[in-house]
Amino acid sequence: MLEPVSALNGASFDGLARIEETGLQGMITLRGDLSAKAVKSAATAASGVRRVPDQRQANVSGEKGLCWMSPDELLVLCPYGAVAEALEKMQAALAGSHALAVNVSDARAVVRLSGPAAREVLAKLCPVDLAPAAFTPGMFRRTRMAQAPVAFWMDDDESFRIVCFRSVAQYVFDVLKVAAQPGSEVGFHARPEPV
Amino acid sequence: MLILNCPYCGVDADETELAAGGEAHLKRHGPGSSDDEFHGYLFARKNPRGVHFERWRHAHGCGKWFHAARDTVTLEVFGTYPAQTEGPPKPILAAIEARRPGWTLD
Repeated sequence: MLEPVSALNGASFDGLARIEETGLQGMITLRGDLSAKAVKSAATAASGVRRVPDQRQANVSGEKGLCWMSPDELLVLCPYGAVAEALEKMQAALAGSHALAVNVSDARAVVRLSGPAAREVLAKLCPVDLAPAAFTPGMFRRTRMAQAPVAFWMDDDESFRIVCFRSVAQYVFDVLKVAAQPGSEVGFHARPEPV
Repeated sequence: MLILNCPYCGVDADETELAAGGEAHLKRHGPGSSDDEFHGYLFARKNPRGVHFERWRHAHGCGKWFHAARDTVTLEVFGTYPAQTEGPPKPILAAIEARRPGWTLD
């Protein structure tokens, strides 16, 4: 039996902020009418969180959670080893409804970016307002990081979890490393908010 | 920098997050249409100095297609609206009329 390996095998880097690949994360793409009862219950049953997130929100705790990807798509997070079981539960809940649930765990990579300068590092790479007042824990954003599509949310005020395609995991890690080079501080988010 | 509000996810997306899709509200001429109509559908596009209706895709975001009304000279954006429509909705037309008195939809 071959052992599953995450995209970067847990690589990490310490600079302005800490960058580390989180390792294997179970991920299921769920598409369908998000207001439908069957879709909602499939999502909550598989992820173990009670609430389906609203537009541009994430509801994640640890390895489990739900993220709002688009008006008809959720990202379901669960432990890597529990995907098969979760998927089975979802298929049962979705029987007869027009919806799709697919295991995408091995097609993606997850990188954690943490530290007091995390906002600043990410703001160099993404066209997103990352001011503490504008982007807060619980929000979810799909965007681009330099040239690669990514999605991220904040676990707390100083750490992001970034999801990208496995094929660009090395690129995302490297570009974050460049943005977190010691001595490359911009200090934008460290300044007091203009009154 | 062009910033458009995606009507599906509500993000103010800057232009690097979007993919342009050309003129909006084209009427498709398929089987049974005349050669001239089909030629027009395939190739003839407006290229106005001023108000223009366009299709955009939130490519690096929610992935949805939407429409935008903007001015090609000043880059002023009059508004964005979902793609499930055959023509610009009334609030968009009103917003254009307010900024460009005398302008009419052709």
